[in-house]
Amino acid sequence: MRSPFSAARLRRALPTGRRAVAASVAVALLAALVVWAFWPDRPGFRTESAMLTVQSGPGGNEPVDLDTTLYLPRAAADRQVPAVLLAHGFGGTKNSVRGDAEEFADRGYAVLTWTARGFGRSGGQIHLDSPDHEVRDAQRLLDWLADRPEIRTDAPGDPRVGVVGGSYGGALALLLAAQDQRVDAIVPMITWNDLSRSFLPESTGGEPTAGVFKSGWAGIFFGGGGAAGSGPTGISGSTAEAPEGAPAPGPPSPAPGQGPGTAPGAPTAAALPDPACGRFAPDVCAAYLRIAATGQADQAAVDLLRRSSPAGVLDRIEAPTLLVQGAADTLFPLGEADANAQGIAANGTPVRVAWFTGGHDGGAGPRSDSDRVKFLTVQWLDHYVAQTAPEPGDTFTFSRIAGFDAMDRGLVATGYRTADYPGLGGQSRAEVRVSGPAQPVANPPAGNPAAISSVPFAGSLSSLLSGVAGDIPGQHARFESEPLTEAVDIVGSPTVQIRAASATGTAVLFAKLYDVDQEGAATLPSGLIAPVRLTGLPASLDAAQPVTVTLPAIVHRVEAGHRLRLVVATSDQAYSTPIEPAVHTVALGDAPLSLPTVDSDPIPTEAVLWRWILAGLLATIVLGLVVVVAVVRLRHRRQDTSVHPEYADTPLAVRRLRKEYADGFVAVSEVDFEVHPGQVVGLLGPNGAGKTTTLRVLMGLTQPTAGEIYVFGHRLVPGSPVLSRIGALVEGPGFLPHLSGLENLRAYWQATGRPAADAHFEQALEIAGLGSSVHRKVRKYSHGMRQRLAIAQAMLGLPELLVLDEPTDGLDPPQIAEMRRVLQRYATDGRAVLVSSHLLAEVEQTCTHAVVVNKGRIVASGPVEDIVGDSPSVLFEVGDPDAARAVLTGLGGVRVLDDDDGHLVVDTNGTARSEVVAELVRAGIAVDRVVPRRRLEDAFLALVGENSRGSGDR
Amino acid sequence: MSESTVEPTRRTTDVAPSGAAAGYRPARTLPFAAEFRRQASRRRTQLALGFMVLLPLIILIAFQFDTGDDDNGRGEFGSLVSFATSGGLNFTLFTIFVSASFLLVVVVALFCGDTVASEASWGSLRYLLAIPVPRARLLAVKLLVALTYSALALVLLAGTALLIGTLRYGWSPLRSTVAAQLEPGEGLLRLLAVLGYLAVVLLVVAGLAFLLSVITDAALGAVGGAVLLWILSSILDQITALGAIRSFLPTHFSNAWLGLLSTPVQTDDIVRGAVSAICYATLFWGLAFWRFTRKDVVS
Repeated sequence: MRSPFSAARLRRALPTGRRAVAASVAVALLAALVVWAFWPDRPGFRTESAMLTVQSGPGGNEPVDLDTTLYLPRAAADRQVPAVLLAHGFGGTKNSVRGDAEEFADRGYAVLTWTARGFGRSGGQIHLDSPDHEVRDAQRLLDWLADRPEIRTDAPGDPRVGVVGGSYGGALALLLAAQDQRVDAIVPMITWNDLSRSFLPESTGGEPTAGVFKSGWAGIFFGGGGAAGSGPTGISGSTAEAPEGAPAPGPPSPAPGQGPGTAPGAPTAAALPDPACGRFAPDVCAAYLRIAATGQADQAAVDLLRRSSPAGVLDRIEAPTLLVQGAADTLFPLGEADANAQGIAANGTPVRVAWFTGGHDGGAGPRSDSDRVKFLTVQWLDHYVAQTAPEPGDTFTFSRIAGFDAMDRGLVATGYRTADYPGLGGQSRAEVRVSGPAQPVANPPAGNPAAISSVPFAGSLSSLLSGVAGDIPGQHARFESEPLTEAVDIVGSPTVQIRAASATGTAVLFAKLYDVDQEGAATLPSGLIAPVRLTGLPASLDAAQPVTVTLPAIVHRVEAGHRLRLVVATSDQAYSTPIEPAVHTVALGDAPLSLPTVDSDPIPTEAVLWRWILAGLLATIVLGLVVVVAVVRLRHRRQDTSVHPEYADTPLAVRRLRKEYADGFVAVSEVDFEVHPGQVVGLLGPNGAGKTTTLRVLMGLTQPTAGEIYVFGHRLVPGSPVLSRIGALVEGPGFLPHLSGLENLRAYWQATGRPAADAHFEQALEIAGLGSSVHRKVRKYSHGMRQRLAIAQAMLGLPELLVLDEPTDGLDPPQIAEMRRVLQRYATDGRAVLVSSHLLAEVEQTCTHAVVVNKGRIVASGPVEDIVGDSPSVLFEVGDPDAARAVLTGLGGVRVLDDDDGHLVVDTNGTARSEVVAELVRAGIAVDRVVPRRRLEDAFLALVGENSRGSGDR
Repeated sequence: MSESTVEPTRRTTDVAPSGAAAGYRPARTLPFAAEFRRQASRRRTQLALGFMVLLPLIILIAFQFDTGDDDNGRGEFGSLVSFATSGGLNFTLFTIFVSASFLLVVVVALFCGDTVASEASWGSLRYLLAIPVPRARLLAVKLLVALTYSALALVLLAGTALLIGTLRYGWSPLRSTVAAQLEPGEGLLRLLAVLGYLAVVLLVVAGLAFLLSVITDAALGAVGGAVLLWILSSILDQITALGAIRSFLPTHFSNAWLGLLSTPVQTDDIVRGAVSAICYATLFWGLAFWRFTRKDVVS
């Protein structure tokens, strides 16, 4: 049994040579791409987790356990590395900032993260970044870092360290830098300047004691105080992994609803925490309870919050500070960073400010924003801590939501930059007049129902799309502008004047600025509102003094055609409002709405790079095309137009032609022949002898493996211009089936690009003899009709060499006879015809010369008469073949070529047939039939052999 | 076959140095107009272009059945659906949106995938090559004509939609939820930009179909193959686990034209999409030319 895996089969099954190489390269590339995409990044650092006990508290003698993780980059093995103290947000743990820590570690920093006291597995209570507690804890961590051998130090006990943190961690960075000069740089993000003003804002410049309590946010923080949660890191916004029971990434702080004492990491073995205060320190807790109960703060509570605020200690900060603040932040709006920046810059300390579109409401913001914040942070640390990078510029960068990303449906922000930080007032101001009558507004009892401006943690969409924004009828006054004639880019805090009157003498009001589009849909940028508490109000509006309200800073573009709407409402769900019902009257002041603007340029992003890539690509393609065309032209010009002198007048000369197909099959092994003017040459051969392959090469359809073809002395290669002197019918007709015969001929001639007069359509159509059928669609033609049309097409333009492959295929006998005459007539006047056929009679009667091909080789060629020879053969059917053979061989010169079943093929060799018959009869042999053999057929059979297996069956 | 005479003319004096027959110039063979007519006479060309005109009409009629209470505002493109009847521009945008992901792909694949393969299957390709039309020229003309028809289909679809949409729903600003509404003039410009970007993205299909058309003799194989591969790429693009590989998929940026509707225009993904599409198209066409100028035409 033959093995199914014989070498030959395998070779056939496998792709050959070049194809195999191409396929392997493609597969290898694909595999490399997949591996590259999925190859796990080898961490460039190692971590050490430890529970450190530090001596802290006002006296520095209260031990507290801090849950820490130190990320040491691989570089720390060789040299001392700078460090980053990475603080988490309120309600978070050290794991909340793991993603950022890993990134810093990958950049060669040792990163120390820890869970602040009162959170997670750390001990102690929450003192709200108190200088005596949280800040002192951090100082002890600096001591600890300084003792680590891997950490670079400026002096013994003074590590090279930057402090990075968001929100709660950001304030810690500011307070630590103020308290400990060992800190080399800080990057506080989305954090506060004055905690009392953040929670008790008053937008006419009032003191926090007169502020309006931001109860929504405060409640969430107090509620989350005992619980673990992810804090805003300011960099990644969400936690990569938060294994200690933190809520899912997304909201940048603890989820509402988690009450005190539910912390998974809270100490449970010890005394149960106070149900009212959870893990808050008693003084903080008491202050919160007092404020929340009344909706107003006493001086003691304000003092406590101020103690936890950088506002009072900014003049002591000498560490270069990068302030990153979010525009989508109703908790710590842009104004907080502004106050920090002004306070720190006053000392001459380098300060840089950047705004992004995220924040406590917006999270990390769009990708471009988080990338920019990351870049700025790393740039800051690399210069001021690692001292490896040049000094960062002091450009102010900010961004604005530009719309939705078409691809991943996220928000898209456009970044802008300007040379200097302009503050909240902008570089210039645009004034827009809003108008409206004085309107009475009712304060709802107990603040219910209340307008909704923002929902803490609802994410950026709620504030951006004003999906939840709503004002309660009767509780707000509206003042609207005319449609803006041109777009205004607001960057900073708009201001407006209002007047109010109230029988109660005081009023809590909320001013907000809506962007109203042509359809009437109103958008409250970032959900930011300005609460005001007005006191000493007259009962009548006439006596009311205008007060200037500073609206929260926003980055927002008001399109042309949009209106601005100032709404003054009496209630808001995010704030505590007076319990007693009351009715106030609100009117506008004299000054117009003033909008700050900043002259800025868009920050070039990688999109610019891509634009260059696109331009480069197009240029390359154009250049490539030009080069290719030039090379082709050049090659064309250099094309061999020489005429082989020997064949200059020979319509066709085929020299040692060989064609081997890609699978190794040799269709033509060696073919030599010539066609001279006036000849009708028949190319004869059994099926698969190589006739069609020869003609394919002749028509430039396939490349010969070896050998040459000359047409009138011109070397013929695929596409040679000399092909235009050959008319061909190869492998059957090929027409557009949806066109008529005539249209097909015209379409063909149009494709030649030659003058229509040269076509000689009439003669061609006459030869085709299709009559009126020439106007029918070719699809409906019979086989013979197509054949005739194809011959006509081959004769269009009366080419000097006509090549016809099986021309009589499908023709009826009269048409065949006519075709014979046509071809013979055609081969006059210097023209020649090459006819391939396997019909011997046809060739014998039509052709002057014949070339017999078998198994890819010429077996005979020359004039038909020469091939046939002088001795015509005769077929005798006789009664006794043996006797007849004896008789015939006895005759001089007569040869028996073959005998089979009583049929003798005899070469009479000049002896008359009648004489041969007479001899046979004389010998008493019955002669049934005497048939003259077709002479060429004999010759053919003699040449090819009776075996009709052609080269195709080899 | 009737009696015929062959005019005895010997014209060897007319022959060019290259050996070409009188009047034959390689650069004049298969003129663009001739190929354009060849394709125009085909039923599939007429049907495809006719359908481009018909589709907006069908959509328009379908919208007449809208009872107004069904919730079609879902999904990422919800706004396009709900705004479709708010004006001619929005109607055009909707028509483009529903056609872009599949219909236009099929149409472009049809024009570009059928062009060489069908000639091969009819057998007329070898007669064109025996004229001889230089192979590169044959491909270039065929490609240009196929691209012209593809562009024509796109323009017909958008033009008809704009015309009947404006007649029916009026000349209103272009609206969407992704950005502020755009004045009609500006909206028209954006619409043209969308069409331009779509045309660039569809170059990938054109390239792929053309390459397959050169490789195979079966027109259906070329058209179907291109559409199948496009669908495969779309499916893979849905699998976010593939990560960065997705950016290399030819369909990854096919919806980036939505960025053209926002203010300011978001061109980042459009530029990347254009780079990706042009790279793929160049690769496919390059392969097609490389292959066709070397291949043995045996069909």
